[in-house]
Amino acid sequence: MGGTTLVLIELGLVFLGLGILGRLAARIGMSPVPLYLLGGLAFGNGGLIEFASINEFSHIASEIGVVLLLLMLGLEYTARELATGLRQSWQAGVVDMLLNFLPGALLALILGWGGIGALVLGGVTYISSSGIAAKVLTDLGRLGNRETPVVLSILVLEDLAMAAYLPVLTTVLAGASFLGGLQAVGAALLAVSAVLFLAIRYGQRITGWIHSPEQETFLLKLIGVALLVAGLASAMQVSAAVGAFLLGIAISGATAESAVRVLAPLRDIFAAMFFVVFGLNTDPASIPPVLVWTIVLGVLTAGTKMATGWWAARQAGIGRWGRLRAGAALIARGEFSIVIAGLAVASGAIVPELAAVVTAYVMLMAVTGPIATRFAEPAVRRISRQPEAEPAS
Amino acid sequence: MDVEETPLPGIGLRREIVLDNGRRVGIVTHRDGQTELIISRLDDPDACLASVPMSVEEAATLGGLLGGPKLVAQLSEEHSELPGVSTRQFPVTEGSPFSGHALGEARIRTRSGASVVAIIREGQVMPSPAPNDTMNPGDLLIVVGTPDGLDAAAKILHGG
Repeated sequence: MGGTTLVLIELGLVFLGLGILGRLAARIGMSPVPLYLLGGLAFGNGGLIEFASINEFSHIASEIGVVLLLLMLGLEYTARELATGLRQSWQAGVVDMLLNFLPGALLALILGWGGIGALVLGGVTYISSSGIAAKVLTDLGRLGNRETPVVLSILVLEDLAMAAYLPVLTTVLAGASFLGGLQAVGAALLAVSAVLFLAIRYGQRITGWIHSPEQETFLLKLIGVALLVAGLASAMQVSAAVGAFLLGIAISGATAESAVRVLAPLRDIFAAMFFVVFGLNTDPASIPPVLVWTIVLGVLTAGTKMATGWWAARQAGIGRWGRLRAGAALIARGEFSIVIAGLAVASGAIVPELAAVVTAYVMLMAVTGPIATRFAEPAVRRISRQPEAEPAS
Repeated sequence: MDVEETPLPGIGLRREIVLDNGRRVGIVTHRDGQTELIISRLDDPDACLASVPMSVEEAATLGGLLGGPKLVAQLSEEHSELPGVSTRQFPVTEGSPFSGHALGEARIRTRSGASVVAIIREGQVMPSPAPNDTMNPGDLLIVVGTPDGLDAAAKILHGG
C-alpha cells in the first residue's frame, strides 16, 4: 500500500472511531472530550494499535484545532461582556485563581517537576471548562437561577485570563528567562487591552470587513484571517491560540453568530483531532503510576472550585443551596486544560508523567464535573434531611 | 413594573420581573434567538421551578395571551362612559370555521353588531384590521359591542 492509501485508511478509522465514541458520549449526556482522549490513548504510542502514518497530518490538524477552539471561544463573548465582567467580578476572579492555581502548582513542585511543571499544572487545575459548564447549566434548566450569572462571569474571567497566561506559558516553555517572561506578560496585556479597545470602538468595521454574503467566501475569509492572525501572534511570541481568541472577540453581532454556525463543524473535526493527538502522545502505561496523585489532585481541586463558587455566590447575596450549585458547576475541567498541557508537551520542556497526570485528571474532572453539578444539591439535601418543598401558592 | 435585566455572558440575556409573592418570572433569550420561560421557586428563590424552552412563535403567542387582558381593560375603561358597550377578547382556535379566512368573510359586524377593533398576533397589536386581513389560529380578536352582540360574535367565531 502506498503512503497516501494508508493515511486515508488510518484517518478514516480514527474519525469513524471518534464518531462512535462521540455518539456514545451524547447518549449518556456527557462531554465527548474524555472519550476522545481515551480513543487517543488506545491508538497511540504504546496503545492497542499504533497509527504512525498520520503523524504529519494529525500534528498540523491539532494545531488548527487549538486555533479554532480559541477562535470560537472568542466568538462566544463580546468585548463589552468581557470588559463588564472584568470590572464587576475581578475579586471572584482573583479568589478563583489563587484557590485553583495553587493546588496544581504545589503538586508539581512536590513531585519535583520544577517551576515550568508548576506553571503548567497550575494552569490545568485553574481553568474550568466553560464549554462543559455552560452546556450542563443549559441542559439542567438553570439559566434562570440567580447563581448562574455568577458562575458564568467567573468562567468569562478565566477565559480572559488565558489571554495573559498562554503567552507567558509559551515564552517560558521556549526557555526564556524571567525577564523574557515579564516581557511576554507585558506584550500580552498590551495586545489584550488594545484588542478590547479596538473591538469596542471599531468592532463593527472589523466585522463588516470579514462579513460576506456567500457562506463559502465568508468561511474562507474567516479561516484565512484566523490562521494569519494566529501565525502572526505566534511570531510575536504571543501564542497562536491567543491571537485567534482576540480575533474572535473583535468579531461581533450577527456576523459572530454566522461565524459560529459555519465554523462549528470544522472546529469539531480539528478539535477532536487535537484531543486524539494529545492522547496519542501519552503512553497508557504511564497513567497507573500517577493515578493516586491524580485522584488526590482531583478531590482537592473539586473542593477548591466548590469553595470559589460558594464564596462568589455568597458575595452576590445568594442562599446556601445556590452557593452549593455554583461551586459544583465550576468543577468540570476540559478542553482548555488539554490546550495548556498540549502546548507544554509539544515544547518537550516537561516530563512525560505530567502529560499522564493531565490526561487522567481531565478525564476524571470532565466526567465528575457534570455529575456533581446535577447531584450536589439533592445529595446534600438528603444527607442533611432537608427535602425540597415547593409550597402551594 | 421594573424589569430586571441580567446578561448571561456567552449565552444571552435574562429579563425578569418579581411578582407580589416574591416569585421571579421572566425569559431567557439565547443568542440564537431561542426563548426560555423561567419561573423561580418560592422555597429557594435562587433556583427555578420551571424552565420552558419555546419557539419564537410560541413565545409571541403566549405574550399575546398575557397582554390581551390589559388591552381589554384599557378599552373597557375608555368605554366606561358609554353604558351598554363592552370589550371582550376571543381567541381564534384551530377548530374555528374562520381560522385562516379573511375577517370580512365572517361578517361579524353585519351579523352581530359587534366590531373587531384589533387583532393581537404574536405579541403585536394590529389595530383597526381591514376586512381582507386573515384570522390565524392563535390570534386574539378584540371585539367591542353590546353584551348580546358579543355573545353573538362568539357564536359566529365558534360555529360559523
